[in-house]
Amino acid sequence: MVELTLPKSSKVKKGKTWPKPEGAKSLREYRIYRWSPDDEENPQVDTYYVDTDDCGPMILDALLWIKNNIDPTLTLRRSCREGICGSCAMNIDGGNTLACTKGMDEVGKGAIAVYPLPHQPVVKDLVTDLTNFYEQHAAIQPFLQASENPETEHLQAPEDREKLDGLYECILCASCSTSCPSYWWNGSKEDGKNEYLGPAALLQAYRWLVDSRDDERNRRLDFLEDNFSLYRCHTIMNCAQVCPKGLNPAEAIAGIKRMMVERSR
Amino acid sequence: MANHATAPVSPHLQIWRWTVTMAASIFQRATGVAQYAGAILLTIWLASAAMSEQAFNTVQSLFASPLGMIVLVGYSWSICFHLINGVRFLFWDAGYGFKIKTANLTGWLAFGGSIVLTAIIWAIVLVTGGGN
Repeated sequence: MVELTLPKSSKVKKGKTWPKPEGAKSLREYRIYRWSPDDEENPQVDTYYVDTDDCGPMILDALLWIKNNIDPTLTLRRSCREGICGSCAMNIDGGNTLACTKGMDEVGKGAIAVYPLPHQPVVKDLVTDLTNFYEQHAAIQPFLQASENPETEHLQAPEDREKLDGLYECILCASCSTSCPSYWWNGSKEDGKNEYLGPAALLQAYRWLVDSRDDERNRRLDFLEDNFSLYRCHTIMNCAQVCPKGLNPAEAIAGIKRMMVERSR
Repeated sequence: MANHATAPVSPHLQIWRWTVTMAASIFQRATGVAQYAGAILLTIWLASAAMSEQAFNTVQSLFASPLGMIVLVGYSWSICFHLINGVRFLFWDAGYGFKIKTANLTGWLAFGGSIVLTAIIWAIVLVTGGGN
């Protein structure tokens, strides 16, 4: 269902402003979403000041600087700090991206707003529950399926391998799916039925549909052929706008839609 | 685990920085809905003409009132936008125009083009006096 506003218990309140670091010459203001399951409070936005002379250049550096120097309770996921694990995906300055590959200097001037990935259940602060997102990825069966057991390895021509470029690089950070208004309204249903799979799962569905070594194209298309799984994509393009790896889920989804037409001919 | 009965939903529309592709998409939906309302206006106009001269004149003067004109300009813009943006969808369906730069540019073109097209239509209407 389309719900333009947040439920009452999710409404964001004004939070506290943490003291500026002493003796700092160059400050950058951060406004960060906070919510803890340990009390009954609504989410709030806290204001922090980061000493940029003492901090690395990326948003992730600033978040960790805050955690180390101001407020150790600030909670976020991160791992590789080089844009390959996808853990630190969050909403920065109104768009989803990876905190580790987004530079502070890319976010204009003034305060930098940092929120968890949009329209997801919050676990704590910037950490969201992506269980449903991972289940949707599993549902498209993201693995090679051959009709017979081959005697040797699956061979693939270089030009067929090239078809996977721009698809296989996805790191499942969920930036795209949680950027999509259609996924916000249709990505998760209480009864688990009539769900839109979202850009990330569909990009991966396409990655296996175009793989020359896979023999289950028809069955894969059957799985997607209903009113919601695939066709809730309305080419809003937020997915491609935000993908930190520069991939284009909207184009992949259009590719699946064309496959549907072609096989029905 | 949590004291809270349910975890909050993270903010979405409230914090999102709009893109032109997103705006064009929601306007495609809105102008599509507007076609229903516009079709009703057309029907009223035609039906009044079929009823009597008096009914027709009443509807005509209603449509020609300042408020009526605003509604008609809005309706004609919604047709123009839906038409031009619809062409983007045709290209997308054929597999073209997905690059971010292209999609952003054509999004702006749909907004700008629909305003220009509406202005041209109304310039003609006003100059020719709507055929009267």
